Amino acid sequence: MKIHEYQAKELLKAYDIPIQDGVTIEEIGQAEAAIEQVSKELGAEQYVIKAQVHAGGRGKGGGVKFSTSRASALENIQNILGMILVTHQTGAEGRLVKKVMVAEALDIQQEFYAAITLDRSKGQDVFMVSSEGGMEIEEVAKTSPEKIVKVAIVPGFGLRPFQARNLALALGLEGAAAKQAISMFQKLYKLYRELDCSIVEINPLIVTEQGDLIALDAKMNFDDNALYLHTNVAEMRDLDEEDPAEVEAGKYNLNYIKLDGTVGCMVNGAGLAMSTMDIIMQVGGSPANFLDVGGGANVETVKNGFRIILSDENVKAVLINIFGGIVRCDRIANGIIEAVKELDLTVPVVVRLEGTNADVAKEILANSDVAIISADSFEDAAQKVVQAAAGN
Amino acid sequence: MSILVNKDSRIIVQGITGSEGSFHATQCLEYGGNVVGGVTPGKGGQDALDGAVPVFNSCAEAREATGANVSLIFVPPPFAADAIMEAAAGGIELIVCITEGIPIAQMVEVKAFVETTNSRFIGPNCPGILTPDEAKVGIMPGFIAKKGTVGLISKSGTLTYEAAHQLGVEGLGQSTCIGIGGDPIIGTTMLDLLKMFEADPETEAIIMIGEIGGSMEIEAAQYAKENVSKPVIGFIAGQTAPPGRRMGHAGAIVSGADESAAAKKKLMAECGIIVVESPADIGRTVKETLNK
Repeated sequence: MKIHEYQAKELLKAYDIPIQDGVTIEEIGQAEAAIEQVSKELGAEQYVIKAQVHAGGRGKGGGVKFSTSRASALENIQNILGMILVTHQTGAEGRLVKKVMVAEALDIQQEFYAAITLDRSKGQDVFMVSSEGGMEIEEVAKTSPEKIVKVAIVPGFGLRPFQARNLALALGLEGAAAKQAISMFQKLYKLYRELDCSIVEINPLIVTEQGDLIALDAKMNFDDNALYLHTNVAEMRDLDEEDPAEVEAGKYNLNYIKLDGTVGCMVNGAGLAMSTMDIIMQVGGSPANFLDVGGGANVETVKNGFRIILSDENVKAVLINIFGGIVRCDRIANGIIEAVKELDLTVPVVVRLEGTNADVAKEILANSDVAIISADSFEDAAQKVVQAAAGN
Repeated sequence: MSILVNKDSRIIVQGITGSEGSFHATQCLEYGGNVVGGVTPGKGGQDALDGAVPVFNSCAEAREATGANVSLIFVPPPFAADAIMEAAAGGIELIVCITEGIPIAQMVEVKAFVETTNSRFIGPNCPGILTPDEAKVGIMPGFIAKKGTVGLISKSGTLTYEAAHQLGVEGLGQSTCIGIGGDPIIGTTMLDLLKMFEADPETEAIIMIGEIGGSMEIEAAQYAKENVSKPVIGFIAGQTAPPGRRMGHAGAIVSGADESAAAKKKLMAECGIIVVESPADIGRTVKETLNK
């Protein structure tokens, strides 16, 4: 799960980590009061107006504006709130900006990068810092990887003080700034671990002209498996930032991701679902979605799956590819027939069932009075559904 | 021969009194495996599976009483990490965890803990292990596999069934099928199993079914290049998957590797793996390879 910058900063604050502070608003009517509050409480005379969306690259896309006066801050809020922000992570359709953070402007002396995430291949968390902070960090990783210093965290031991010192040294920090960094890095790992984060990223982490180390921006992702342990974090979920069909699918425990093609797919198991998309592409079609209905496919899951797939008007045909293991294919076949009848489907449906009682299932489908195209093999199913989509 | 489990494996089921646990334990028993007991803390002294097996309070107790060497775990996510560590500390040689949804940070600690013991751990969030005609330790439907000489390693559940089915169509069977799970942290990797299949005299060819993400397939392929004499057939699901919708950069920076399907397949092919392009061609490719 992802959260906004302003929410991540609330969590940093709760862990006593210095942040660039501000006030977040949703309506233009709140703008003047927010500017007033930032001026008064934070002593700011200049401001940064920051769009709050779940995507990186906001600055380049025009979603972050420096404002030297109250008047220009107000103008920038007016421009950003309600804009469609397009960045390299939003796709061409962009994202509607529904929230804006009015933040204090700080005098930046240096910009660093700091992040914690899991190194899957080592099975350990890794704390990374770089003196090359700012927007181009992935470029740095490619062209000069030696400028990113990594420290592996031994499970159960946390970030040890000597490791935090080494990270501060790697950034070339000395004196008071080094002390601040050592303390901040340990708090940051504590937050990451205690809240079951999958990523914490501070980019940039700045040193101000006054010599203070401050998190200017913050991104956090959380392990969905652990959200039940952190209701305060779970409540930060912003459904406006997610695809409505994906949210709907989640309610039925279906894993759905919308794509751009015309062939809707309903499959059990993530690997088989991805392979089904692959083979559709290989025989000349294009998948409209990824949909994993999970292990226990039944009438209800099939019905809900159809509803979600068909909410995408680009879908010209649907392929159901289910490998019945514990679940018997004849029961799935009856479920499909019932769902097709009840939902009054107008697009062609190709069905491939394999596994327990597959032969009985094929007979049931063939003898039914609904227009279902039965397929014999994986390849046959893909070819039939791509043909059906092209002809519809 | 086979790897990991066979007809002599003595299996206990942790969480045997739950609905999932009792259903699948019954299936494993009916397949012909030696399910010798179950563990549910607080229910020791009772019996399960209609009186077929005794229930114990702890893994150590169960092992003591039954000589169990394999544990199959169906404990719910909040308690599963603890259950795995209990099995490892209790001296169970092979631990298979089916449970889906265990917090990843807990799995990081579990993996480190298990490495301090002599136990091997498979999973979590996986379909388990099946050695045809001998033992089933997991949730794979028994009918999909039949005795043969192909070792099957897969990150995905139903795609494992698909591959086994395609082998069946070609008249081929498996020495052992293993679903290792697709979570970020898993106990046993493709590389570990590749070594075991290479050492197993009954196995003549090995199938590795991977997915986008992670670098496990690459590590296995690089090892196979120099160290595996048997043919390895590889497939990577997710050629058409959209690039991960992510917000930060840390994920891409940490691995440094290209984890797309295309990049993985290219590297695998360079290491001498026979890479299958279409998921419908897995069985056929193995058949052709073995006929050469």
